[in-house]
Amino acid sequence: MSSNTDTLASSWSGAAERDAAAAHARSAPYSNPYLAGIGLGLVLLAAFVVMGRGLGASGAVGSLVAWLVHGVAPEHAMSNGFLSGYLGDGSVHPLKAWLVFEVLGVFVGALVSGLLAHRVATVVERGPRVTVGLRLAMAFVGGATMAFGAALARGCTSGQALTGGSMLNAGSWATMMCIFGGAYAVAWFFRWQWK
Amino acid sequence: MTAPFFKYGAFGDETSLVIAFVIGIGFGFFLERAGFGSARKLVSQFYLNDLAVFKVMFTAIVTAMLGVTYLSWLGVLDLSLVYLTPTYIWPQIAGGLILGVGFVVGGYCPGTSVASMATGRLDGLAFVLGLPAGTLLFAELFPLIQRFYDSGGFGQRTLPDVFSLPYGVVVFAVVLMAIGGFYGASLLERRFGTER
Repeated sequence: MSSNTDTLASSWSGAAERDAAAAHARSAPYSNPYLAGIGLGLVLLAAFVVMGRGLGASGAVGSLVAWLVHGVAPEHAMSNGFLSGYLGDGSVHPLKAWLVFEVLGVFVGALVSGLLAHRVATVVERGPRVTVGLRLAMAFVGGATMAFGAALARGCTSGQALTGGSMLNAGSWATMMCIFGGAYAVAWFFRWQWK
Repeated sequence: MTAPFFKYGAFGDETSLVIAFVIGIGFGFFLERAGFGSARKLVSQFYLNDLAVFKVMFTAIVTAMLGVTYLSWLGVLDLSLVYLTPTYIWPQIAGGLILGVGFVVGGYCPGTSVASMATGRLDGLAFVLGLPAGTLLFAELFPLIQRFYDSGGFGQRTLPDVFSLPYGVVVFAVVLMAIGGFYGASLLERRFGTER
């Protein structure tokens, strides 16, 4: 952990960011990955047993976009084969969706964990050679890219890799292997972001 | 058989949204515990410095997989009532590769970006803002993509179906693979790791 902290701290400058670096130095170390994995697996198992479905994230964005487009151009949204799936027959509000409420919970759960470990700090995580503006732009583009990929794959790392993986879903395993494959294939070209 | 409780009518749609929120809290809590609110921690997986992403993900997969397997063998959980996303192999291969590229470019995935934003990371917030942008782009291009999106359909298909193997055999193989993977991860970290 120490070397990681040093590189983060040295990449920061300015009073606000020094405060953030100090907060980072106070922060508790992360959990053992196997213990965190068991915790995550039990949450996923609870979802299967209680609801008969797993976890997700990108589906909530589908609901959000369908609602937004429907607000601006209702007929356009209803005639779109992808968005209409999130709108249904119109009897239920598009945001009254299981994954929307689950993702709101993710925000709260992560905030609680972060507060308990003194890890909540307003920072931009970036490498020493990357400006704040460039890092934010890369994050935005990465988010848009993953949302596009998730829509095409019918789920993201949560809905496909994690949930479908544990249900031995064939398409999910194909998606998961391609996520790792795609990431390792391009990682070398983006290492300047963090070195 | 008594589970999944929701499918057996134990509660209604309104209650299911409360449960979604509670389950989401657990999900977000353990993502943040694992360090997945940090882009630097997440991308370390792809530079082999820290394989926590693999370890956490496969531990979670094995835990949940063994849970549903035993509960189904005990006759508590009806596996056929647990939702399986249908397999459409070509768009899922392409979508998976695009997801991988986006992960490396942005440093998060959709779920972890929410955890990151919740703990104050502004790059996590930027990633979250990118999500509706990419989804909107996909939706607008959907008429052109739809043929591909619906190609390679095999319905709800599991690995035991694909390989014509008993469910338990595949479960056992995944457990062995995970253990081998954890050992391999420890070797890689010893070689490329920045810690210790």
